[in-house]
Amino acid sequence: MTTRDMVFVALFAALTAACAVFPPFQAPFVPAPIIVQNIGVMLAGSILGAKRGGLSLLLFVVLVALGLPLLTGWKGGFGVILGPTGGFILSWIPAAFVVGWFVEKYWHRLNFWNLLLFNVIGGVIVVYVIGIPWLAVVANMEFGKALAGSTIFIPGDVIKAAVAAAVAMIVKRSYPLVHA
Amino acid sequence: MLSLYVPGGSFIHRAPAAVKLLILLIGSAALFMVSSIPVHAAELVLIAGLFHAARLPWRDTVRQLRTAMILLIPIFLFHVFITDWVLGLETVLRILVLLLLAVLVTLTTKPTEMIDVLEAAARPLRHVGVNPSKASMMLSMVIRFIPMMMREAQEILEAQRARGLDRNAIALLMPLLIKTLKMADDLSEAIEARGYDPEPVVPVWRKKG
Repeated sequence: MTTRDMVFVALFAALTAACAVFPPFQAPFVPAPIIVQNIGVMLAGSILGAKRGGLSLLLFVVLVALGLPLLTGWKGGFGVILGPTGGFILSWIPAAFVVGWFVEKYWHRLNFWNLLLFNVIGGVIVVYVIGIPWLAVVANMEFGKALAGSTIFIPGDVIKAAVAAAVAMIVKRSYPLVHA
Repeated sequence: MLSLYVPGGSFIHRAPAAVKLLILLIGSAALFMVSSIPVHAAELVLIAGLFHAARLPWRDTVRQLRTAMILLIPIFLFHVFITDWVLGLETVLRILVLLLLAVLVTLTTKPTEMIDVLEAAARPLRHVGVNPSKASMMLSMVIRFIPMMMREAQEILEAQRARGLDRNAIALLMPLLIKTLKMADDLSEAIEARGYDPEPVVPVWRKKG
């Protein structure tokens, strides 16, 4: 890994943290507020690729666990990781990796629609597959109920995947970083 | 400093970070094996004693817990209505013990100390291709970059608010990303100009084996 790679990894971890500055959005017909921060997860994967994107989120999660208040609402600390929603935070590491893996594989055929699909697979499905069973175990909930409770976030998450895909496509055209 | 750490001189502050993290790790695993309300209540009293011993200001502890309450109350209500209140109480007590223990470690340990522990813990990973000194270099870089990026994000938010675009996610993210990409080249040149080499060449006579 070159110095430039290390700087990119560090910068995207910092970028994900900086997204906490943007206030949550309230979109029409979407019940839950849209938190900008997980867009950072999809962006790291779709701009840096699997290895650098995953590492970047690993650094971010490690720093949250070490007690830096980096999550939206200035939350942080080991308690958040171990708590009921900890699975969603931990899932960001494989999420960025999975988005990056698809982006690397389909780099030359990448367009808005397949990038949107990859962001949904990595940034939404992977996150739910890890986050919901975690919530069910920690909160002693039935799996189905935890799943049902999380569905209100799906529309917002798909909007985020679309925003990330639009932004990452612009970056790909002007500043390609996966296969430069 | 960007951290939740509260300086102090209690024995909990002075305990090695490695010990605190190990206790937290074992404690959090053990918590899920015990399901008894009196035991969890006793743990809660014990932790309250530890908080008292650490002489942490109430404000910091309460602020940490307030966000947790937002989650605990719905979980308790969920159990009251769907299963039964005993299971709800047990679950909420367990999460509370877990959170308080983690908050205690977070508030009494410097992030730099925890990074040192991590670097030491990651040392065996060298055999599978992980470079611990590179990893801690990256961690230090992120800690340095975060306030910088947050300032950039705040500036962009204010600029776009003046244009009435502060509710447009793309108008907020795109400038932030362009700044990030421009910064990356300058920063990596600056780091290398100061003689940093991510893969230093080890002289033949120092190589082992």
